[in-house]
Amino acid sequence: MSRLPPLTPMAVIGLLGASAFVLLAAFAPWLAPHPVSDVVGGVWDPPSANALLGTDNIGRDLFSRLVWGARVTFVIAALSTAIAFLLGVLLGFYAAVRGGWIDQVLSRLNDLMMAIPTLIFALVVLAVLPKTMVVLVLVMATLEATRVFRVSRAIAADLVVLDYVEVARLRGESWRWVILREILPNALSPLLAELGLRFAFAILFLSTLSFLGLGVQPPIADWGSLVKENKDGLLFGVFAALIPGAAIAILVICINLVVDWMLQKTTSLKGTRRNG
Amino acid sequence: MADGIEADIKVMSVLAAPKARGLSLWAMLGRRLALGLVLLWAVSLVIFAGTQILPGDVATAMLGQQATPEAVASIRQELGLEQPAAVRYVKWLGGAVTGDFGRSYSNRQDIAKSIAPRLKNTLLLAAMAAVIAVPLSIGLGILSALHAGSWIDRTIGLVTLSAVSLPEFFAGYLLIAYFSVTHFWLPSSATVSDGMSLGQRFVVTLLPCLTLVLAVVGHMMRMTRVALLNVMASPYIETALLKGLPWSRIVWKHALPNAVSPIVNVVALNLAYLVVGVVVVEVIFVYPGMGQYLVDHVAKRDVPVVQAAGLVFAAIYILLNIVADMISVIANPRLRHPR
Amino acid sequence: MAELLLNVTDLEIKAGATVIVDKVSFTLEKGRVLGLIGESGAGKSTIGLASLGHARQGLRITGGRAELNGRDILKPARRDARLLAGASVTYVAQSAAAAFNPAHRLIDQVIEATLWHRLMPRAEATERAKALFALLGLPDPAHFGDRYPHQASGGQLQRAMTAMALCPNPELIVFDEPTTALDVTTQIDVLAAIKHAISKTGTAALYISHDLAVVAQVADEILVLRNGRMVERGPVEQIFRAPEEDYTKRLVSLRRAEKPSQARGGDVLLRVSGIKAGYARGVSILDDVSLDLVRGETLAVVGESGSGKSTLARVITGLLPAWSGQLQFDGTVLAPALSARNAETHRNIQIVNQIPDLALNPRQTVEAILSRPLAFYFGLKGPALRQRVATLLDQIELPSTLRDRYPAELSGGQKQRVCIARALAADPKLIICDEPTSALDPLVADGILDLLMRLQREAGTSYLFITHDLAIVRSIADSVVVMLGGKVVRSGGKADVLAPPFDPYTERLIASVPEMRPGWLDDAIAGRNRSETPKP
Repeated sequence: MSRLPPLTPMAVIGLLGASAFVLLAAFAPWLAPHPVSDVVGGVWDPPSANALLGTDNIGRDLFSRLVWGARVTFVIAALSTAIAFLLGVLLGFYAAVRGGWIDQVLSRLNDLMMAIPTLIFALVVLAVLPKTMVVLVLVMATLEATRVFRVSRAIAADLVVLDYVEVARLRGESWRWVILREILPNALSPLLAELGLRFAFAILFLSTLSFLGLGVQPPIADWGSLVKENKDGLLFGVFAALIPGAAIAILVICINLVVDWMLQKTTSLKGTRRNG
Repeated sequence: MADGIEADIKVMSVLAAPKARGLSLWAMLGRRLALGLVLLWAVSLVIFAGTQILPGDVATAMLGQQATPEAVASIRQELGLEQPAAVRYVKWLGGAVTGDFGRSYSNRQDIAKSIAPRLKNTLLLAAMAAVIAVPLSIGLGILSALHAGSWIDRTIGLVTLSAVSLPEFFAGYLLIAYFSVTHFWLPSSATVSDGMSLGQRFVVTLLPCLTLVLAVVGHMMRMTRVALLNVMASPYIETALLKGLPWSRIVWKHALPNAVSPIVNVVALNLAYLVVGVVVVEVIFVYPGMGQYLVDHVAKRDVPVVQAAGLVFAAIYILLNIVADMISVIANPRLRHPR
Repeated sequence: MAELLLNVTDLEIKAGATVIVDKVSFTLEKGRVLGLIGESGAGKSTIGLASLGHARQGLRITGGRAELNGRDILKPARRDARLLAGASVTYVAQSAAAAFNPAHRLIDQVIEATLWHRLMPRAEATERAKALFALLGLPDPAHFGDRYPHQASGGQLQRAMTAMALCPNPELIVFDEPTTALDVTTQIDVLAAIKHAISKTGTAALYISHDLAVVAQVADEILVLRNGRMVERGPVEQIFRAPEEDYTKRLVSLRRAEKPSQARGGDVLLRVSGIKAGYARGVSILDDVSLDLVRGETLAVVGESGSGKSTLARVITGLLPAWSGQLQFDGTVLAPALSARNAETHRNIQIVNQIPDLALNPRQTVEAILSRPLAFYFGLKGPALRQRVATLLDQIELPSTLRDRYPAELSGGQKQRVCIARALAADPKLIICDEPTSALDPLVADGILDLLMRLQREAGTSYLFITHDLAIVRSIADSVVVMLGGKVVRSGGKADVLAPPFDPYTERLIASVPEMRPGWLDDAIAGRNRSETPKP
């Protein structure tokens, strides 16, 4: 059965780490010592009791900004991943179940979208669109949906040819039943792993856009923006920019550890062959 | 930014024509090339359309809300916006095919002339990173697959997983912090000029190059490992084992020949990604390449430049994918020796 | 007494804590053939591989000894290691198509072990390989080896793999179900070639199979295994004449029963006329197929792989709309496509698939699986629904305690029974059985066939029974249709179809089905040489 494999130490580290970040974002108002844009000291002060991680390029508390930034990063990444999944999974399953020209049209269109590198596509579109949060979420969701579509179509296409799905079709079941009752329950565990991967990618992607100045716009700041704001300090020996960067890296490593653990079983399945 | 390359493995499934059976090798390669060109054309359409999706028009977007009507009118005229989109697209594509991308809106320079040296720089940087990354990741991937499950495999796996998870800017600044700020060994910005010797160039671009290597090595290694492990799980490996052959011969003679095709595919896909990953790295190290050029002009909303640079990037990406696809056709004995 | 070659004592192999092979001991003399027979899970392949000193991933050899000519196979001394697997003991796999490396020419793979173990120089090995190709009846033996694996057929690859095993001139060859994946008419040729080659070269062999009738043709002695334990061992004649253990007796007497052919007549439930169909445009799989199925009867559709028999099932169910031709069901014309048919038609045509593992949704319990058609077609719910599910379980002879189980918690036979119950739940007029027993072990398959026959007697359901196995046709069919290459080559009542005068293909097919007696293969080959049946 497709239960999750037994926990490994690495998976525990990943799960704990990722949950810590979620809690950080959820309880930001209680955890952040200062309001997000209050100037509490000089430019790039070293860490002190007042500013745990020092101050940023205009004297704001870096720790507080990091905690608040976690919220922005999480919300945008989660929203775009959720929309991408809704869109990608539904269309992917639909294409696989219907087959024929519907599948051809959807798949070829998707291939076309995927033939343009994600970042390049985003840059081209963001050159004309207003850089609001909504636009950002929608652009990221659309681009991620293409990847989700491919994966879910492949999973569903493998399931659709199985006899039990055919039996359901022979019974005269509706497409809704076939997708929701016969395919979805059996596609959950690979999709869960994909969800983790996509979420990690969304965080990296958003941070990159913000770092390039094309993502979240001031005065709101996500982790990528924090890197951008503080990058010039590096040349003066101030490592403030590395802290949000490290936060992103640690979070993504944690998610990847969890995904690796979830994918373990899928790969080991290949080893089993005939008996006798 | 570590793209989810695994999901992109079959980016070019458009190219993998389903009813290719019965064709000769050359016909099959020709078919893939032709389909690739069709795809490239379709992509040009998407990129052009991508800059037209605003409900208003490009001129207003470029100038901002408080632009004077005269300024808007002049830019509309310059960009030919009074013509229908289809006409503009045909003109644009016609120019692009002949190497004429028009002039930049922001600085009035000939775009093709600005692109040429930058493209050279970008390709040089990417090539340099590839020379380091490809042997390194294939070597690590093979090592890891051959010791699957051992501490070697787990260590390599953990290290590459971390490398995959690092955003490029974090990796880049980490390198700068260590090599430039703390130790003054290497310059933090990669300023290259035409008069530089190859040695000087190498020193200056070493840090951006290493950052790129970090960005792709993880994916390439992991995909190589999986490709080889898939082959190692084949029944014919068991056959070789039962022939009493030593491990080294099984790997060299029986596993690797069948892993060439998937590994080549992995490499080409990652090279394609390298060319794109270069965008962020160029910004970090202020390297005068295509990526920085593109990002600068996205900020300025300079649509003609963005279209041109976007098309060039997409073309390189697609071409490398076509090459990957063609090599995997050639490496497949079933296709090389038809019935 | 011949010279002792292989001596296995108290062999024990585990997967984790589960015992796969439980204290198995046997000996084999030089030049003799020992048949290992048993159903899936009997541990026969595992024993075969252990004879080469190999255990598959996840398995551990935890006890006992195995010696070849007095040399330890399981923990070979350093100087012996090279002389065992690949040189003194070689292996022929079930699927040669997968066991050959697609990247190299056949000849290089055939002589590889011989060269590596320095048994003879390259030129000599190549000559020997060509001689073996000829011995095994491969076409153009001088150049056959220049082919790549994908350029040869399944039967040819199986012979080539036998040549590969014979090439180093081994003392022992392990044959692991070498003909199981082949069609019967190919199987008989490969079987004859293997038997011929073994006797010519004088090598000893372990011949592993689930099919007693096949093993009996090749082996001198038989070892019956079940659940990793030895059941019985003896010379072939003795096993057939006087089996001692109950399990062996049941194996030997399998499928002896024959259903008497019922009287013809009655009205036609399903009429298939002039059907043409296929998957890719222009490539037809079915070519002008017509047949009649009489209400309440069993029509067997017999054919080998590629005959189009499963495609016919897809056309009748509407999954694959026909290009031309007509389907008439219960007096009305059927729409070609599934989606164009009404609910009543959906209900009246049910299917039982070949592989029960794939036919049951792993995320639904037995109860959920059986409830759905009842709710869907009849709107049953609550206690009435539960009651009907209980009746169904009773009909298929499963305890009602299984209703909360998931398919993974059932045995193969139980799963197939659930599939039958699911079809039954719709109360259909026709059940299409697509090779419903070919993935099951022989004794389990027999139980399924008995169940299907009983249900037909009770409910009067008609069966369209697709199979490659003429023995099954004999025991269950009323009428028979023989298919070859998408065409019907012969049809009629069972007694007529299975009796002379034959068309060439049906004759060959009938002659190829292994009979449950030693010496059948020799008779069949002799008979074929006498009559010189033309091949299709």
